[in-house]
Amino acid sequence: MPAGTLYRGREGMWSWVAHRVTGVLIFFFLFVHVLDTALVRVSPEAYDEVVATYKTPIVALLEYGLVAAILFHALNGLRVIAVDFWSKGPRYQKQMLWTVVGIWVVLMAGSLYPVLGHAARELFGS
Amino acid sequence: MSADTTSAIGPVEGPAYDVDNPAPYIEAPRKRTGRTPRATRGNFEMAAWLFMRLSGVVLVVLVLGHLLIQLFLDGGVSKIGFAFVAGRWASPFWQVWDLLMLWLAMLHGANGLRTVINDYAERPNTRLWLKGLLYTATVFTILLGTLVIFTFDPNIR
Ligand code: HEM
Ligand code: HEM
Repeated sequence: MPAGTLYRGREGMWSWVAHRVTGVLIFFFLFVHVLDTALVRVSPEAYDEVVATYKTPIVALLEYGLVAAILFHALNGLRVIAVDFWSKGPRYQKQMLWTVVGIWVVLMAGSLYPVLGHAARELFGS
Repeated sequence: MSADTTSAIGPVEGPAYDVDNPAPYIEAPRKRTGRTPRATRGNFEMAAWLFMRLSGVVLVVLVLGHLLIQLFLDGGVSKIGFAFVAGRWASPFWQVWDLLMLWLAMLHGANGLRTVINDYAERPNTRLWLKGLLYTATVFTILLGTLVIFTFDPNIR
């Protein structure tokens, strides 16, 4: 940990940590994602073969995690922007964080079936 | 202490003090004056700060729209394959969408990682190498992704 730390604890610090961790994760995913998409320039078979792994139950779980990371980063990013540009932003930062968490929970619940449904059907039959 | 030395505190014997004016005026610390040196390093950090916010707003639409199409609509991931990509990139609209998403997300993410490196890598050599690696990977990925969109060939076989 860097010397002379400014870490303060509480919501503001944890939302910042989560924003940083999700941002870095999404960046690494994007790097791999552009590489796998580039296989369309190799052959249809090569591309379809790699995309097949995206359809397995374990990777479906990773995709659900990716959705979780992106939704949080996007919603909290909008909150950061509101804190910086909206005159009342700093005063409502805490309420906005709980709004972000609330919307995130609802959207994650709504994503369960669309993102994981096919994996559940494969695992438990349909 | 006499009033003729140049101090930050105004002359003590000057005005009469009362409830509305109870103490000598003290100049705000670090106040910008005509003699304050200009920032000489340009405004790169400010531009980067602004870019993070502007690109963020655009990426909300581009990335969440992309995820909705790829993971939620029309059977989710199950439908994805070479034929699906060929169908999408037949339209200039989705080509431009993907191109913009590629450039904005890569530059936004790379600039974010630059901040992270600045925060945690303390030895100058470590910083140099990590940033070199980051910039190389970023340029490579942007060029490869751009090339793939522009040279996509649905009849490759
Ligand atoms: C697991 C979730 C995802 C799936 C299944 C997926 C699927 C795809 C597919 C099928 C393509 C081919 C072109 C098209 O149909 O538009 C593509 C391209 C692309 N995707 Fe995704 N995507 C996902 C997540 C993401 C995320 C989170 C980002 C951004 C951070 C992203 C950025 C891109 C970019 C930039 C391209 C263009 C690549 C190129 O230029 O070669 N994707 N994606
Ligand atoms: C979906 C829409 C997005 C929004 C609204 C958004 C918003 C933001 C904002 C406002 C910041 C600056 C935070 C600050 O200065 O404290 C930021 C940082 C960052 N973003 Fe995003 N972003 C989005 C998508 C992405 C994507 C797709 C990636 C990865 C490719 C990414 C990676 C990062 C990284 C690595 C940081 C640096 C984190 C830090 O310094 O702590 N973001 N984002």
